[in-house]
Amino acid sequence: MDYIKIEFLSLSANEGFARAAVAAFAARLDPTLEELGDIKTAVSEAVTNCIVHAYPDRIGTIWLRAAIRDDGELELVIRDKGVGIPDIDKARQPMFTTGGEERSGMGFTIMDSFMDMVRVRSTEGAGTTVTMRRRIAGRAGLR
Amino acid sequence: MKIYSAYSDGRLRLNLEGELDHHEAKSSLRTIDRIIDDLLPRDCIIDLSNLSFMDSSGIAVIMRVHKRMNDMCGKAWVENPNGQPLRVLDASGIDRVIRVYSKTE
Ligand SMILES: Nc1ncnc2c1ncn2[C@@H]1O[C@H](COP(=O)(O)OP(=O)(O)O)[C@@H](O)[C@H]1O
Ligand SMILES: [Mg+2]
Repeated sequence: MDYIKIEFLSLSANEGFARAAVAAFAARLDPTLEELGDIKTAVSEAVTNCIVHAYPDRIGTIWLRAAIRDDGELELVIRDKGVGIPDIDKARQPMFTTGGEERSGMGFTIMDSFMDMVRVRSTEGAGTTVTMRRRIAGRAGLR
Repeated sequence: MKIYSAYSDGRLRLNLEGELDHHEAKSSLRTIDRIIDDLLPRDCIIDLSNLSFMDSSGIAVIMRVHKRMNDMCGKAWVENPNGQPLRVLDASGIDRVIRVYSKTE
């Protein structure tokens, strides 16, 4: 097991930083370009949700943990102490958004399709934790 | 993110270059809105050849352009997505709403 932890403010400029940090950590699994793209996309979706939805009218803190499990799986945990999600099943449905015209409501759908496992825990008024896992076959898997 | 535009004969081509995430989406939409307001094109091609990354914020941008063009009785479509942006387009099922032409087709 190996892991990294980062803590950063809910500023949109940090979306690219979070993607790049996780990609650099995951590089030791020798992922394919496609696997790396999938991981970066999932990070981008989860972190953007904290920035847009969890802290709608203030700057809050986002915690991100990336771990390589002994079975070679990559695990990502993204956590906020924001407003929380009242109905998780509803929130995870394709096209559901509380964000209006600027959002597509496809964030969870994309996380679900790019990761092997996505778990959402949330308490209204206390925050949300998204845990995702993805098996990395790596470029060795292509040989 | 950079947006290059080319216009001739009622046809606008928007070439998106770089990474389109939530951070870039707001200013991109403003730029695109202004170009469309200026030119009032009949067709709007969203060319993704040079886009290296996109997430669901990019889906919202494309949907907005589609709606704007529809509202003015024009047409919008997506051309040349590849790599990661193509996978996001596929996962989102956006091709049920707007035509997507990729090079491999
Ligand atoms: N971290 C979060 N805190 C509070 N609400 C959230 C969070 N993540 C997601 N949501 C809720 O779930 C909905 C769906 O999220 P998502 O699928 O990413 O679509 P979008 O971000 O485009 O709205 C959001 O509109 C929001 O209501
Ligand atoms: Mg989202």
